Amino acid sequence: MMRKPIVEINNVTFAYNGQTALQGVSLEIRQGDFIAMIGPNGGGKTTLLKLILGLLKPDKGIIRVIGQSTQKASACIGYVPQDVHINRSFPITAMDVVLMGKLEPRKRWARKTASNRREAMAALGRLEMAALAEKKIGELSGGQCQRVFIARALVTQPQLLLLDEPTASIDTKGQADFFEMLKALNKDVTIVVVSHDLLAVSRYVKSVACVNRGLHYHNQAEITGEMLETMYPCSAGEECPVELLAHGLPHRVLKDH
Amino acid sequence: MIEALQFEFMRHALMAGLLASVICGIMGTLVVVNRIVFLSGGIAHAAYGGIGLAFFFGWPYLPGTIGFALAAAMLMAAISIKAKHRADTIIGVIWALGMAFGIILIDLTPGYNVDLMSYLFGSILTVPGSNLLIMLVMGILITILVAFYYKDLLAMSYDEEFARIRGVPVKGLYFGLIGILAVTIVLVIQVVGLILVIALLTIPPFIVEKHAKSLLQMMVGSSLLGALFTVVGLWLSYRYDLTSGAAIIMVAGIVFMISFLIKRKRILPRTKDQSAAAETRNTADS
Repeated sequence: MMRKPIVEINNVTFAYNGQTALQGVSLEIRQGDFIAMIGPNGGGKTTLLKLILGLLKPDKGIIRVIGQSTQKASACIGYVPQDVHINRSFPITAMDVVLMGKLEPRKRWARKTASNRREAMAALGRLEMAALAEKKIGELSGGQCQRVFIARALVTQPQLLLLDEPTASIDTKGQADFFEMLKALNKDVTIVVVSHDLLAVSRYVKSVACVNRGLHYHNQAEITGEMLETMYPCSAGEECPVELLAHGLPHRVLKDH
Repeated sequence: MIEALQFEFMRHALMAGLLASVICGIMGTLVVVNRIVFLSGGIAHAAYGGIGLAFFFGWPYLPGTIGFALAAAMLMAAISIKAKHRADTIIGVIWALGMAFGIILIDLTPGYNVDLMSYLFGSILTVPGSNLLIMLVMGILITILVAFYYKDLLAMSYDEEFARIRGVPVKGLYFGLIGILAVTIVLVIQVVGLILVIALLTIPPFIVEKHAKSLLQMMVGSSLLGALFTVVGLWLSYRYDLTSGAAIIMVAGIVFMISFLIKRKRILPRTKDQSAAAETRNTADS
């Protein structure tokens, strides 16, 4: 089952003002994959997403998306940022945020076509947000904002969907529904979801990438000791695995460590 | 008010105030949502350096001032992109330097000197017809440009990263916005003064922002509100013999504080009907 790669990251290094965030990272994201990107805070997960999006340029190494440079390919990527609370007081409705996903740089003048509106409404409907389409973004809750941003990513008709901590402001019950929805989307779209909560995502994803300056890719969604060490580097070998088992993942086996 | 309009200077003052309100309503909306109020203040003050230069070398007033303001604005824009966290400090330095540079050059210029007060508060009561024409052309130009780039400006102002991903030329657009802003500020300052420009750029958009559901609504609302402040302020200045620019700003400031207090009191978010009602009220008032 060799599917064609959508993203090829080759030996990429990136530093912020001399502080290395990512070192020698390589990763191939294949079509149809559903990757959880996990790792400690400050481990470079968001940086890696921004490199894939072309918002940052690697200091060393090459990233190609759909065989093109990241700048050219960025329009094929749907992106849901981590911070959905930017500009809460901005005068914009949920509908207009979603319509931003239909932005075509060559088309100017303020004009909203009926077909774009229909498409935006359908995306909102898919996320059960249709009734709130004309609400101002500042009046929505965190979870509702998140859905609006996902709808905005979906109307771009992406081949690849990148979500940065999408469940941060959704409750536990909502999280399960949310990941079910992503799983359904995954039939057509390759998905990378950043999370620092491996347990929440492990039963939905197909593979796991551990990012902590370096990157380790696991071709299946199984929790290994190495992952736990990447996740919780200071508590390796302590009682945390027991805790994890107690929280219940009956079908998964933890390696000894 | 009607009797005041018999005088040509009052009609000119009213026209100038209304044009400034519309120009500042459009540009001020973009200034407020992009959080470049401080940068605008920097441009407005640094532009005084251009006036000094024009006087000292005997250049024509407008090209000299606009050139200097544009250069200062581009420098500030570049810094605010490159070094986001230090931008406010450096803008503060350029702000002060530009002003001091202008004043010293005017000191060194022999003969008749411009008065700093008229730069600060303008002379809306002595606006010549030619300046009205310049403002009218400027207003039309700004409206066309903003309409043309509306969607890009909206995306950039709301979520710059997303705009870049969608292929909006964010950098060019940002420099363009600041460039137009510099030209606007210089042109409007000569008519209504620096202080009134900053007031009209910030106060109406800030009040309207909470009630508007789109940038367009915010621009229209700010223009109408600015016009209302201008009319009331001019009437007060005529009736009670007050400095016109200051009177307009006082009216704006009082409404600003009232709206601020109302906002503090209200805990629940506004419902749709209330904001619609507020919109109609604003429109009806002006």
